[in-house]
Amino acid sequence: MAPLLELDQVSARYGQVAALHGVSLTVDEGEVVAILGANGAGKTTTLRSVSGTVRKSGDVLVAGKRLSRATPESVARIGVAHVPEGRGIFAELTVWENLRMGAYMVRRPDFKIVLDYFPWLESRRNQQAGTLSGGEQQMLALARAFLARPRLLMLDEPSLGLAPLVTREVFRVVSELNQKEGLAVLVVEQNAAIALGAAQRAYVLETGSVVVAGTADELRANDAVRTAYLGY
Amino acid sequence: MQQFFQTLTTGLSDGAIYGSLALALVLIYKATEVINFAQGEMAMFTTYIAWALMDHGAAWSWWAFFETLAIAFVGGIAIQRVLIKPLERASVLTMVMATIALLVILNGLAAWIWSPQLQFFPSPFPTSSWVIGGVHISKQDLGTFGIVAACVLVLWLFFRFTKLGLAMRAGALNPNAARLLGVRTSWLLALGWGFAAALGAVSGMMVAPTVFLTPNMMQAVLIYAFAAAVLGGLESPVGAVAGGIGLGVMLNMLGTYVHPVTSELRLPVALGVLLVVLLVKPAGLFGHVTVRRV
Repeated sequence: MAPLLELDQVSARYGQVAALHGVSLTVDEGEVVAILGANGAGKTTTLRSVSGTVRKSGDVLVAGKRLSRATPESVARIGVAHVPEGRGIFAELTVWENLRMGAYMVRRPDFKIVLDYFPWLESRRNQQAGTLSGGEQQMLALARAFLARPRLLMLDEPSLGLAPLVTREVFRVVSELNQKEGLAVLVVEQNAAIALGAAQRAYVLETGSVVVAGTADELRANDAVRTAYLGY
Repeated sequence: MQQFFQTLTTGLSDGAIYGSLALALVLIYKATEVINFAQGEMAMFTTYIAWALMDHGAAWSWWAFFETLAIAFVGGIAIQRVLIKPLERASVLTMVMATIALLVILNGLAAWIWSPQLQFFPSPFPTSSWVIGGVHISKQDLGTFGIVAACVLVLWLFFRFTKLGLAMRAGALNPNAARLLGVRTSWLLALGWGFAAALGAVSGMMVAPTVFLTPNMMQAVLIYAFAAAVLGGLESPVGAVAGGIGLGVMLNMLGTYVHPVTSELRLPVALGVLLVVLLVKPAGLFGHVTVRRV
């Protein structure tokens, strides 16, 4: 069976600056896969090449189907949710309006299941989303993405600007959604320790290329990865 | 007292017209940060279409009114698709030039098709007035105010309570995030142009009975609408409507009670208001500086 997501020799550039050089990776159904790497390694660009927010060459396949002329909205409509860097919350809208936007493509959205995972959202529904804390905004972004019932959730740097305890909570919910709902996740992270804790497999990117790939356990056992990204 | 109330109702009616055109400007500005200089001429052009549909202004017809709204709506969408969308990535100045070009084209086209002569345009309301406690209230003034208020209310309900309206607001705030949620923002922008064009058509059809129909009839109204929109803060739909009504009432009050302000001075006074607002409170009365938490 074809993997849920497959990148085959994907390259991308911003103007003159090449950001990705022939990246290949796969995500299977029900899997959590992490992309690790330093700043500027091309992690964000990898996600953006899937969601159609950067011009790319090479093939991106979702469930074996090649994405032709991929625009962000068409990729969202085939079930790939992208929570971008900075979370993409509508700060001026209320929490509830943000959630309704998450359900934009769904005829009968299931708000109840989302409130089961994020019960605190109920009491904040009329609050302006911009007034939530960073961690709450990240949770709202997750909840909003999950409302569209995607096949694949792509998370860009969910730990950015969050306290360690809050980061752990975010990853706990991600793991829960993966285990209970079978949601496949592709997560980009600088915090390798916590990402490897949640992921089954991972890729390490350096200057736009995959340098190491393997299971979470293999990567933890890899000396180079350990010293460079785990710091022990 | 009687004079006061009559001035007030005329002011409300003028103000509603300025406010509706100002709201049309704000709808487009909020979504694309483009000031549509052609907004007035789009309104004028659709008013000519209404006039043609009403047998060259023989008699008012509600059927023609709604038909004109539909034509304006489709026309607004077409303008966005054909003229504005290809310039999506162009600079703001390019966009402004494009809307000014559209202004000149529509103005010339209207004069060419329908001749630049003054035409009579019928009003849906009788010229008589109600007399309440010795105060004459013009049915035309009150009716104009009512129609504009109804249109604004319908738009407000749409933006407040429908999924599409919510998506249009979200798309205006953060188009990239909206697209990632599956929103076809490009079509929603076109929809915004459609609404703005229809709203402009309402203001054109309401103003035409008093100023008569000519290709230039909306130019002064557009300047009042600019002043109203700036007064309200350019990004605030409520501000645009309130700014328009405030301006309409103020201009009429000045005309009645301050004798040096004759009709020749109305436009300079309106522009004076615009300048003062820009100097003293550039964000407008209803505008706000956005604070974002990261």
